[in-house]
Amino acid sequence: MKAILDRPGAAALLLTAILLVLWQVAYRFAGKDALSPPIDTIVYLVQQLGQPEFRLHIWATGQAFFYALAIAVAGGLLIGLVTGLSATAAETAEPLLLAANAIPKVALYPVVLLLFGIGLPAKVAFGAIHGVIPVAIFTMNACRGIPPILLKTARVLRLQPADRIGAILLPAALPDIVTGVRLGFSLTLIGTILGEMFGAQSGLGYLLMTAIGLANTQVIMAVTLLLVVIAAAVSSALLAWERSLRARRSR
Amino acid sequence: MSKVAVYRVLAVVIPVVLLEAACRLGWINALTLPPPSRMAVGLMDILASGKMNAAILKTLANVLMAFAFSAVAGIALGALIHRSRTARRLLEPLFSTYYAIPIYAFYPLFIVVFGLNDAPQVLIGFMLAVVSVIVATLNGLDSVPLVLAKTARVMRMGPVSAALRVTLPYAAPHLFTGVKLAAAYSFIGVIGAEFIMSQSGLGYEIRYAFDNLDNSVMYPLILLILLVAVAVNMSLDAWDRALRARRGAGR
Repeated sequence: MKAILDRPGAAALLLTAILLVLWQVAYRFAGKDALSPPIDTIVYLVQQLGQPEFRLHIWATGQAFFYALAIAVAGGLLIGLVTGLSATAAETAEPLLLAANAIPKVALYPVVLLLFGIGLPAKVAFGAIHGVIPVAIFTMNACRGIPPILLKTARVLRLQPADRIGAILLPAALPDIVTGVRLGFSLTLIGTILGEMFGAQSGLGYLLMTAIGLANTQVIMAVTLLLVVIAAAVSSALLAWERSLRARRSR
Repeated sequence: MSKVAVYRVLAVVIPVVLLEAACRLGWINALTLPPPSRMAVGLMDILASGKMNAAILKTLANVLMAFAFSAVAGIALGALIHRSRTARRLLEPLFSTYYAIPIYAFYPLFIVVFGLNDAPQVLIGFMLAVVSVIVATLNGLDSVPLVLAKTARVMRMGPVSAALRVTLPYAAPHLFTGVKLAAAYSFIGVIGAEFIMSQSGLGYEIRYAFDNLDNSVMYPLILLILLVAVAVNMSLDAWDRALRARRGAGR
């Protein structure tokens, strides 16, 4: 058993199989009002992926998510680098960022809707406010964790601020920044979907919300499955990248 | 007050004052965003009148339940998983991608299974919170020196008493990190669920006020959620620092 699990990807595959079995068992107990069974859901999802209307919703979510992630990563990097470069700034900002991270951002959706109206900007804003803080926190801590000798070297070489960031800070902090981006990715996706649930007329979140209203389990499960698969795939890829960066570092 | 503490206060006060000024000068429409001072006065009025007490208590009770369940179950499950290498290898991919899964998407299923009462909301909060506690517990138990585990064995402690009396107390600072996250996630989960679909609680009241364009209720309640979440986070943080300082001094 252990030997099998040591192979790359084996644990994930086995886990997927176990979850599918649990899903089937849960279906037997909860009944078809609560759940649709795994096979039916997968078949339905594949069918839907061929439908132009469903693709439009995916496209709408993808577009909003792309902008939201770009803003979250850029904003998070900026806040993290600015605060991470000075000990005083970092000490000042850390508890504030942690507190901001603990805020239930769902509560802010009326404000976002009043500011941006229903549609793409509201989705983007909602996604971005979810993702920006984890990226900022990890970037800030990554900058603080850089060995002082690297910073001294930069000073001795009289690097300009832009070179200092590009040649020293970013490469040294990259693995931790990737961790932050991985978390930021997940949260931005959840934020974008939530934004669509409350303030949109297109996208997977909107689809989910209408299905909730109609108690259409098949659609709910299919959209959830799609989101879980996408999120798990991208998150695993980022995790693999992060590990290879760290492995290279320790060599 | 130290220099950093002054900066922190300024970092909060200056934006609030600017916002107040922008609202008072009419740069921001009062229908979009009332001045912060008016929100604060509105919040006092609401708290004094007591008309929202039932909703506030309901939300806080559900958050507390989600938090308590996730802390206890998370530590117990973490200790259990730590004992089995196979279980851990198997579950690692789940833990590393868990926060990319939009947990809210399961909320409608829980409503179908449990009905539209408190249980689905508590369950969403629990599901968001529990994994952070499990992961923190695993990290904490990893940090326990071998000699302590061996001592427990020499003393012929069973696995339960060894965990309760030796390894878990040693891992306490790590556990606290998980518990702190669990508090934030419980808030986020419960209030998010209330927003999506519910018949009572703060999330429901804010949504109701938003649908009726009742800014005099909506903004004060949003402010209340922000204040409570930040206050809980900051007091746990302060407690955490005090515990760590004591532990550092004791060695």
